Amino acid sequence: MVQWTDEERAIITDIFANLDYVEVGRKSLCRCLIVFPWTQRYFGAYGNLYNAETILCNPLIAAHGTKILHGLDRALKNMDNIKEVYTELSQLHSEKLHVDPDNFRLLVDCMTVVIAAQMGTAFTVETQVAWQKFVCVVVSALGRQYH
Amino acid sequence: MLSDQEKALIRNIWTRLTPMADTIGAEALLRMLTMYPGTKTYFAHLDISPRSAHLLSHGRKIVEALADGSEDIDNLMTHLAPLQTYHAYQLRIHPTNFKLLSHCMVVTLACYMGERFTAVSHAAMDKYLSAFSAVLGEKFR
Repeated sequence: MVQWTDEERAIITDIFANLDYVEVGRKSLCRCLIVFPWTQRYFGAYGNLYNAETILCNPLIAAHGTKILHGLDRALKNMDNIKEVYTELSQLHSEKLHVDPDNFRLLVDCMTVVIAAQMGTAFTVETQVAWQKFVCVVVSALGRQYH
Repeated sequence: MLSDQEKALIRNIWTRLTPMADTIGAEALLRMLTMYPGTKTYFAHLDISPRSAHLLSHGRKIVEALADGSEDIDNLMTHLAPLQTYHAYQLRIHPTNFKLLSHCMVVTLACYMGERFTAVSHAAMDKYLSAFSAVLGEKFR
């Protein structure tokens, strides 16, 4: 089981409390599709992904980004049980969506950059360490049901 | 593969940040050393506490090399030849560490540039840092 210090819990809770799910979700997914274009392979049914501009204006992508970010709420509410909480989602990504789990890391890296850009110098080294530890556990949980 | 537009974006970013080379470089290094403690093994001979003189000077060297490279991206191999030799035969850093520093550099840029670090800038910079790392690692074997 992952051990969280009180400080780490506070940092993570604080980030989510101040998060604009709509904006950060949209920006994170768009950024992933732009910076790592091979991730677009999973979004064939999501309309126009022709270039950065069309991706950034795409409402289907925006909505999906927000949905993904809300998916992190499960981990936030169950920080002591993240592995179990993502069992179904992991199966979904493996068996139905067929997403290469290496791509989860790319998406969370983009989320990290978006949040860093929003928080500026308030995204301290300690904040980054706690945040990345959190998303790393989520990524690992999402990859667990791949066989 | 970098377009002319991307090369211009990269050059522009480094030109604007060169006056803060030591701060940016030191922060990227500190983030890497804290996030990935294995990287500290390469700095046993330096004082890597936050804002130390060593960290600032080393940070500045790295950012200046990145900025210099961005002036003539098509000829990275030529410009980086001495650094290639140094990294391969003297430093012998495990190549996966380039990615770790690149990630922390990108996070640092995001903190300092905020919304100006657009998705397109991020893509260009990520590609540049990958290319730079690949060139630095060319002589490893």
